[in-house]
Amino acid sequence: MKKKSTSTDMTAMCDVAFLLLTFFILTATAKVPEAMPVDTPASTVQTKLPEKDLATLTVGNGKVFFDVKGKDVRMRTLELMGNKYGVTFSEDDQKQFAIMESFGVPVQNLKQIIEMKPSDRKKVQQPGVPKDSLDNQLADWIQNARIANIELHDKELELAIKGDAKEEYPVIKKVMDILQDQKINNFSLVTGLRGKEK
Amino acid sequence: MAELNTGDGGGKKGSKKVRSKKQNSKVDLTAMVDLAFLLITFFMLTTTLSKPQSMNLGLPDKDPKDDTPPVKVDENRTMTILLGDNNKLVRYVGLLATPVKGGAPKDFEYGKDGIRKELLSRKAAVLQYTGTKDKGMIVIIKPSKKSNYRNLVDVLDEMAIVGVPTYAIVNEFSPEEAKLLSNGTPPATDNTAKP
Repeated sequence: MKKKSTSTDMTAMCDVAFLLLTFFILTATAKVPEAMPVDTPASTVQTKLPEKDLATLTVGNGKVFFDVKGKDVRMRTLELMGNKYGVTFSEDDQKQFAIMESFGVPVQNLKQIIEMKPSDRKKVQQPGVPKDSLDNQLADWIQNARIANIELHDKELELAIKGDAKEEYPVIKKVMDILQDQKINNFSLVTGLRGKEK
Repeated sequence: MAELNTGDGGGKKGSKKVRSKKQNSKVDLTAMVDLAFLLITFFMLTTTLSKPQSMNLGLPDKDPKDDTPPVKVDENRTMTILLGDNNKLVRYVGLLATPVKGGAPKDFEYGKDGIRKELLSRKAAVLQYTGTKDKGMIVIIKPSKKSNYRNLVDVLDEMAIVGVPTYAIVNEFSPEEAKLLSNGTPPATDNTAKP
């Protein structure tokens, strides 16, 4: 009797463990590779970024990359941008755009990036979304993403700036100005995690 | 492996195959459960920790037609932080020409022992001066063109840690302020100012 009790029946425990494991694997979202990896500065602030209704502007090396969460919003945004700049995107392009990572090319060249293989996209040097006053495509992207988000989700799009720690302030300021020109006065700065005491 | 099956059978047919099958039917699951829980832990942590942190920033409305007169605030409540290149940070309290006592332009380090200490002591001093909680310290952050994004986030982080009630990012630089950042040596008008 005594000898038997030493080894417990692990079948049920194993079942539960694997059930939980399956759940976590399925809920975990695959990390989309970033077109431009940036080193975000650390902060002690604990608030998390929202999961959806969010557009991220990645700023690094003087370039700005644009990204919106949500497949439907992405497709609608691309459509609106295509209409504005007279670029037509096929159904396949839109689907491909919906699942791709952030991009940093003028809308005229976006088609080429979309048609590339995901592995090749990282290799090309993307020049960043134009943000000059003459050709302010970044502002249009933000504007159209906001329109698309309100249309589809009935919610105001939130903006986040993900800047590289070494980025010079004038570039960040320029991006903030573009946001403020659209009366977006409240946005988030993406930061890394740091302990309470340095 | 027939030698291992030494346990008594009891099967009516008495064949060794049946007995050996019975013994092998119980697999030791300990290692498997260990592995499963390890993976669970991994996935749990990665799903919750991979979400990036964010810092909320609200800026004042930028309306070119806005002609409300600027609000005058007590100079004793304001501290101006100038951010320069190479992680340089200069602060002064009050007006630059006539800083309040102990508030002459002075260099500070980032972090706990630098600007945070100063902010905390100044915050307490301001509260003592005004007497009410509604009128706390006002910090004006002026990032120069050469400062980088990390400096800005660090300073904003200090604001959050110290709990400064009012702070603003201002982009205008007066020539005197630019000079402060460029030459580095603060004017020796105040004895407490030691770089």
